[in-house]
Amino acid sequence: MADLLSLFVRTVFIENIALSLFLGMCTFFAISKEVKAAFGLGIAVVVVLAITVPLNNIIYTYVLKEGALSWAGLENTNLEFVELITYIGVIAAAVQILEMFLDKYVPVLYNQLGIFLPLITVNCAILGASLIMVEKNYNFIESVTYGLGAGFGWALAIVLLAGIREKLKYSDLPKGLRGLGGTFIIVGLMSFGFMSFGGIIL
Amino acid sequence: MKEIRALLFDPIVKNNPIALQILGICSALAVTVKMDVTMIMCIALTSVVTLSNFFISIIRLYIPDSIRIIVQMTIISSLVIMVDEILKAYAYEASKELSVFVGLIITNCIVMGRAEAFAMKNPPLKSLIDGFGNGLGYSFILIIVATIREVFGSGTFFGVQVMPDFYPTNNFLLLPPSSFIIIGLMIWVIRSFDDEQVDENEFPLKAHTYKPLTAKKEVIDG
Repeated sequence: MADLLSLFVRTVFIENIALSLFLGMCTFFAISKEVKAAFGLGIAVVVVLAITVPLNNIIYTYVLKEGALSWAGLENTNLEFVELITYIGVIAAAVQILEMFLDKYVPVLYNQLGIFLPLITVNCAILGASLIMVEKNYNFIESVTYGLGAGFGWALAIVLLAGIREKLKYSDLPKGLRGLGGTFIIVGLMSFGFMSFGGIIL
Repeated sequence: MKEIRALLFDPIVKNNPIALQILGICSALAVTVKMDVTMIMCIALTSVVTLSNFFISIIRLYIPDSIRIIVQMTIISSLVIMVDEILKAYAYEASKELSVFVGLIITNCIVMGRAEAFAMKNPPLKSLIDGFGNGLGYSFILIIVATIREVFGSGTFFGVQVMPDFYPTNNFLLLPPSSFIIIGLMIWVIRSFDDEQVDENEFPLKAHTYKPLTAKKEVIDG
């Protein structure tokens, strides 16, 4: 249990998926103009990551890994080369199903997430988290924790950035730094801030 | 001819995928610490975006509109798998260093974005050139960032020492977040030359309304 808690804290702060691994940056810059929208997207990412990372973990362990198909009598098959296409397929399908499910049973949340859900399919944070999970060889329980932690860390980062940008639009920046340029520099500084968690040993 | 030149060179400065369209930023930050790794990433991305634009454009008239994203994804991921396997076979060290970022070309928004915005509407040859141009625009930013980071960070260029011996390594530039700041400053430079790219100010400062008093103050004598 303590292991899982430390994995969670490490994923949220030390290995923050947005600010120290730089995943999901495109949406991170594009949807961080208002706190409200950023918050909605953040929740969507948490939900999708918490579903897809464990799902891909199961698929990796029982289908794709070298020798994983031994339960079906195929001992020497190694399907790792179709890894990428499988994960992206799983993610696209999961997002689609989630969207239909929310539309039918939780319309309030569906209206709030709105356009963000389909956008998430092409968010590299989602695919990246699955790939990192495979690279670090997490088991199923760890992958659930990792999925939740990664999503939470990303949501935290985008809400923080949106808060700063909401204030920043009232300030008088140089012409060329207005908008994207200034945001880049702020994210750089935030990222340096998050690096200070790096020395913490859990 | 003029059109082809525009397709090829516009994305480099005028309509740069990273600096203006906010596409494909993720990998721009994480792989720019050393020139050789950056070059491999640039070549990989440029070939994927060129070929995916070409193939998607060939079959664009046969793709049903409602499942086009999945079709595009399938083509792109097949190309990325090929690149990944080639890298593992011929440049194993570099592919280890790039780790997940080769796979992440699939979700790199430049590839998807160009497929959706250009290749679905234009003939194959034009799409091919457009893809190549956008690949160049991406490479342009990455190579500049990587050059700054490697030369001023560790004092080497492609692993060869270029700075004098007394130059200490600059840890600020070796840390990944510095690439945010370098790209931010580059956007500043590009936008100060090209006014069209400047974002409009939502809340401009008003001109000062204070007017100097014309009437002279009365001098009050004690």
